[in-house]
Order: sequence, then structure tokens, then C-alpha cells
Amino acid sequence: MLEIKNLHVELAEEDKAILKGVNLTVEAGKVHAIMGPNGSGKSTLAYVLSGRPGYEVMEGTATLDGTDLLALEPEERAAAGLFQAFQYPVEIPGVGNMTFLRTAVNAQRKARGQDEMSAADFLKEVRAKAKELKIDADMLKRPVNVGFSGGEKKRNEILQMAMLEPRMCILDETDSGLDVDAMKLVSDGVNALRDEGRGFLVITHYQRLLDHIKPDVVHILADGRIVKSGGPELALEVEHNGYADILAEVA
Amino acid sequence: MALPEIKQTATEARLATLSLPEGGWSEPARRAALARVQRVGLPDRRDEYWKFTRPDALVQPVAPQAAVLKSDESMVFDSFERLKIVFVDGVFDPQASDDLSLEGVSVERLAKIAEQDIHWARDLYGTLEERGQEPVARPLAALNTAFARDGVVIHVTGKPSRPISLIYRHEAEDSDPMLHHVVRVDPGAEATILENGPAGARFSAVMEIDVADTGTLHHIRAQGRDHERSAVTHIFARLGAESTFKSFTVTVNGHLTRNEAVIELTGDDAVAHIAGACVGDGDFHHDDTIFVTHDALNCESRQVFKKVLRNGAVGVFQGKILVKPDAQKTDGYQISQALMLDDDSQFLAKPELEIHADDVACSHGCTSGAIDERALYYLRSRGIPKARATDLLTLAFLAEAVEEIEDPALADDIVARLESWLIRRR
Ligand SMILES: Nc1ncnc2c1ncn2[C@@H]1O[C@H](COP(=O)(O)OP(=O)(O)OP(=O)(O)O)[C@@H](O)[C@H]1O
Ligand SMILES: [Mg+2]
Repeated sequence: MLEIKNLHVELAEEDKAILKGVNLTVEAGKVHAIMGPNGSGKSTLAYVLSGRPGYEVMEGTATLDGTDLLALEPEERAAAGLFQAFQYPVEIPGVGNMTFLRTAVNAQRKARGQDEMSAADFLKEVRAKAKELKIDADMLKRPVNVGFSGGEKKRNEILQMAMLEPRMCILDETDSGLDVDAMKLVSDGVNALRDEGRGFLVITHYQRLLDHIKPDVVHILADGRIVKSGGPELALEVEHNGYADILAEVA
Repeated sequence: MALPEIKQTATEARLATLSLPEGGWSEPARRAALARVQRVGLPDRRDEYWKFTRPDALVQPVAPQAAVLKSDESMVFDSFERLKIVFVDGVFDPQASDDLSLEGVSVERLAKIAEQDIHWARDLYGTLEERGQEPVARPLAALNTAFARDGVVIHVTGKPSRPISLIYRHEAEDSDPMLHHVVRVDPGAEATILENGPAGARFSAVMEIDVADTGTLHHIRAQGRDHERSAVTHIFARLGAESTFKSFTVTVNGHLTRNEAVIELTGDDAVAHIAGACVGDGDFHHDDTIFVTHDALNCESRQVFKKVLRNGAVGVFQGKILVKPDAQKTDGYQISQALMLDDDSQFLAKPELEIHADDVACSHGCTSGAIDERALYYLRSRGIPKARATDLLTLAFLAEAVEEIEDPALADDIVARLESWLIRRR
């Protein structure tokens, strides 16, 4: 479903290489986890896939169901089914969360040739999904992420994901900043979306999240490359021993 | 002291095209106003107060021509129940206007009451304008006091059920109207005044507003879309104890607009909010010049001005808060911000605080910037197309000003206008 081949990425401003040949395939129905030391390029990988400005792809490809993602505008990538839950969700004063969600849902429907959702249907659905994530009505009314706590922002990301029903979900440290109960809520939200047609790429530092969202494959990204891939046991190894052994082994 | 020769000549040239309405109670006020104009002369670009805005188009003897915009779009406020008073190129249109009777308010036309002695109007006409000439001269306002042939005289005695709506149509390409309004709000009374429309090729408007203790006035103005029009407007408001005055102006298009507001808080616990949102593309110069004087205890004033500029448009903000020595516990706030949609536009600002009391809380901020790229990317990453995302962020930028409108339905109408302007310009 998501296929990344030999991806090399530099920062546009300073020619600093961040990704140095990433190869990764996420099949439909599977959950892949990415772990790796701070600064190894995990968020960069997610951003390059979703189309954030500031990065330059020097080499390689990234496709979603065969579509060249790198040739698309960010909104086109979203319409193609890609979603990134951000490590640092952006606060947008003056834009109501509800307006934002509805505009996004309808824009994607339009891009896919579907009818817009009626205001009533939208409201019903958003309320139901917000309730599951314990997002109260007040948070829906407030401007996007403004004054939200760290955990509330992360839950708001998952609400967006639940409303947009993307085919390929990238979660960048969605677990960081979440309390134990919120972690459970968010994981339940993610697990509810798991199905055969949908792929997940879960970036995390902690094994704990992977107890809730069971991965099929775990990758270790270090210095811009995937240096090791394995089953869920790889995450346990990282949890117990850190990265030193793994990095030494591949060096 | 004699005026500089250039100023003298320009002032005389302008005055030569005008004739002062004679007779009636307003004549002495008009003559006094004319003397004020003659004393200081009309503004020119050497005047400090006109440093950012060239007044030429407002001063030249004949109004620059302005094409009349043809549009199928309904006018702002059209869907609201209101008392309509229509002026076409400054001339009252009785057919298009409503019967001027409404419970809780008396509305008269200035042109019709010359011979009646409406003592409160006589006491007010030109009075607040004259007070507003210190410490900065506002000769174009005095010119209006002297020569405006019509306007409305509004006395709010209760709580009228509908807003009083002044509608200014523009039909002649060379029209040059002046209107002068006088408003008095009685203790405990409350009303809303709406103004909208391009008014003329060149428009001059003065509104003198006296809000008595505990009175409330809401003022919402939409300055019309005709690209080539120019306008100079003045609001002079005096606020009594525990009174409230809230004024909001939205401006779309216009070759040149100078909106001055001179607000005096003279009674304790008074509240004045002056706000504006404007959007300009290309040949657009918009100037908000505000002067708020705190002269009583525990008053609150807010100035919130937002400008969206592109394609060479120019925004100007000159805003001052003056706190007199006895105006303790003043709460003064001023923010002026410009959002530049490209690199060609300009925002010129002169925010000023002058504080002579020691126990006050005053803050001001002034910024100009571009669309927040991170926010734009965030919206786009959720599938919102770039143009729509830009519109959302632009409206979000304007929101703080629009939120100064208390009535949510009126605020929604204003937002809808701004949004359709943005969509037309994509
Ligand atoms: N816009 C930028 N400007 C400068 N350096 C950047 C920029 N974006 C990324 N980098 C650098 O690229 C490297 C990879 O960053 P990235 O955020 O992808 O790491 P990460 O693996 O997500 O780390 P973490 O686990 O801390 O979230 C880091 O060294 C970071 O400082
Ligand atoms: Mg990261």
C-alpha cells in the first residue's frame, strides 16, 4: 500500500541530509512501528510523506497504492488517503475546531467525487466519535488546538483521523504526553479503525503503546536509515537495552 | 499666523466650489466651522497627521470620478429588519426610505429641520467636532460641518426594536456628497445604527454622538465596494458615566478611505470599543486614525484593527490613547495588525500611548505578517485546498475585530461579505 524506496531527503534551507535511503513497505491491513533515537529522522519521514514544505527529496520514491505521493500537493495526498497525526499539532486561533473538521471532511469528499456531508449528519458523527475519545463539546467549539493540553491535542488528532477515515495512517509519537487512560482511549480509537484495507505506520519511543496497538512489524530508524526490522519482540529489546546494541550490531 | 501659500490656495480653491446653507439654527455653527477651516487650512501631504496618507483626492476642488460597481450580490444588512434611510449620492430618497417613525427613537433629516428648534441638536451640531479639533486639527470634519446639506438627527429615547440603517447608494460617477449626522442617546436608552454603501465618488461623513450616562449605542458600518471611490469619515463621540459605545467598520475596496474616530470618555465606568476590518487588493489605501481620550475613572477602551492587504494595497493605522491625570483605573487596549497576502503591500502604523495617570493598565500591539505557513500546512494536510485554507486563516485573522460586533447575526453577515470578497479574489 505505502511503498517507500531508497528515499533520500535533505533540508531545503541548508544542504543537510536527514534521510539517507529509506526503504519501507506497509501492506494494507498491517501495523508497522518505527522506533529510533531522537533526531534519527522519524518525523522527517512522516513530514516528507505528507508534503510539509522545507524538505528536498534528492532520490527515491514514495507511492500510495501506486500513486506518486511526492508529486502531489499536501491536500491531494490527504484526498488520496494519507493522514499524519502530528507530533506537535499546530494551534490555529480563529478557526473553530468544528468548522475545520467539517471543511476537511467535505473537501476530501469533494476531491473524491462524493457528495458533501449534511450539517446534521456531520454533527451526529462528530459528536459520537468525540464522545468515544472523551473530547467534550467545548473542545469542539474552541479554535483548533488553542489552549488544548498536550494530551487533548493528541486526542484531537485521533478525532480528525476517525472523521477522515484515511487509508494510510501515520502516527507520530501520538502516545507522548498522554496519561495512561488517554493512551488507552487513543489506542482504542486506532484499533477501531484497523481493518484489512487500512495501513498504519506508528512512530513511538515506547513499547507501552505497542502493548495496546499490536504491531506486525517493528523498524529501527537510525541516522536516516532503517537499520533493523523485526517482529514485536524488537520493541521489547529496545525497551530493555536501548539502541546501543542494535546500532553496534549493524555498524 | 498666515497659512503657507500652497495650503491657502488649495483651501480657497476647495471653498470656492461650495456654498454654505443659510438660515436656520445650524448657520452659526456652520459659520464657526468655516472659520476653523480657514484658520488651519485643508490638509496637505506636509501635515504630520497626513504623513502616511496623501489627502489630495479628498481636498481637490472637484471629486475624482469613480465608476459605479455593478453587482448582483445583495447588499449587506439586506436580510435584517431595520428602519431604512436611503441617500443616493448624498440626496435623500423618500421612495426607497421607510417612514421615519419608530418607537423609542426620533429620526429627522437635517435638511428638513432647519427652521425647527431642536435644542439638543443645535447644542450638539459642530460642538463635538469642534472639541475634536484639539490637540490635532481635523479640518475636513469642520468643512463637513460647514457645508453638509443633509444627514440625520437621531434622538434615542428608549430601546427601538430595529436598527436605524443609513444606506448610501452611489449612482453618479462624479458625485461628491457630504452628510452630517447628529446622535443623542438618552440615559438608559440603547440603539443600533447601521451604515452601508459606497455613498458617492467622493464621500464626506461626520457623525457626532453624545451618549448620556448609562446609554448604549452600537454602530456597525460597511463601506462599499466601488473601487475608485474615496471617502473621509469622522466619528466624534462623547461618553457619559456607565455608557457604552461600540463601533465596527468593515471596508472592502475603495481607492482611498480615511476613517477618523475621536472618542472622549467623560463619565466614570464608560466603555468604548472601536474596531475595524478591511480587505484591499491593488489600488486600495485605507487609513484608520483613532484618538481615544480617557478623562474619567475606571473607563475601558479597546481599539482592534485588522487589515488584509495584497497586490500593492496600503494600510495605515494611527491610534492614540490619551489618559488624563485624573483618569485612574483606565483599562486601555489597542491592537493593529496587518496580514500581507504578498510582498507588495504596505502597512504603516503609528500607535501611541500618552498616559498622565499612574494607576492604569494600557497595552498596545502592532504587527504585520504573512499567512502562518505551519497553520496553512496543517489545514492542507487534512485535505483542505490551499485557497480555501488561506481564506480560513485570513478570516481567522480578521475574527478578533469582527468579534467586537455584539449581535452574532450581524457579525455573521459581515463575515459572509468578507468571505465572498476573498473567494472572488482567489
Ligand atoms: N526544519 C529543520 N531545520 C533544521 N533541522 C531540522 C529540521 N527538521 C529536521 N531537522 C533535523 O533533522 C534531524 C531529524 O529530525 P526529526 O524530527 O525527523 O527526528 P526524529 O527522529 O523525529 O526525532 P524525535 O525522536 O526527537 O522526534 C534532526 O537532527 C533535526 O534537528
Ligand atoms: Mg519526531
